[in-house]
Amino acid sequence: MKYSIMVNEGPYTHQASDTALHFCKAALDAGYEIFRVFFYHDGVNNGTRYTVPPQDDRNIQKEWSKLAEAHEIDLVICIAAAQRRGIMDADEAKRQGLDGDNIAPGFRISGLGQLIEGGIIADRQLVFGD
Amino acid sequence: MSILHTVNKSPFERDSLSSCIRLASKGHSILLIEDGALGAMAGTDHSDMVAGVMKDVSVYVLGPDLAARGMSEDRIIDGIQVVDYSGFVELTAKHDTCQSWL
Repeated sequence: MKYSIMVNEGPYTHQASDTALHFCKAALDAGYEIFRVFFYHDGVNNGTRYTVPPQDDRNIQKEWSKLAEAHEIDLVICIAAAQRRGIMDADEAKRQGLDGDNIAPGFRISGLGQLIEGGIIADRQLVFGD
Repeated sequence: MSILHTVNKSPFERDSLSSCIRLASKGHSILLIEDGALGAMAGTDHSDMVAGVMKDVSVYVLGPDLAARGMSEDRIIDGIQVVDYSGFVELTAKHDTCQSWL
């Protein structure tokens, strides 16, 4: 079974990022594949490496990066949603004339086509949000 | 085609659970997650609505979300099945498609 996941809510907002992470881990434990996680709307805030939660709290951004590295998951951030919220990779920061980038390891910036492709390629697409 | 519906908001806050119940067909399943877990409680204004759909539709609740809200499994509506995250995954695999009621 191959999954495509969509996350529409930022970390520490309500529960969607946590639920999506728990779901992905359980699916991987069951031997299934997470093909792609697409971050849209405030969900793009899962992908900034400047996230610094208190030491005794979970670091949701790092959890995504760790999971992506261990299981070769494609973490895609929507470009239009990212630009509105100041999530930049090096190329975008340069293009916008900004002084730095903040995208987290394992994440990449792309467009809605990646969401559609995920839905076509995967057996199941699940949406987590508010 | 069998559909797994997930509902993540409390029925006391939004009407996504009642909309889902209205549109779910025989053979579908409903999984209550996050604040949606409150919809599994017995003895509330919404319990009859949930119990009413259960002759045609299987209703599940995510155990960790019940526990996170301090709700005991013996206070949920009779017939609702408690699953963990691996149970959630298996429900998505068992049904043809998934509908997230956000």
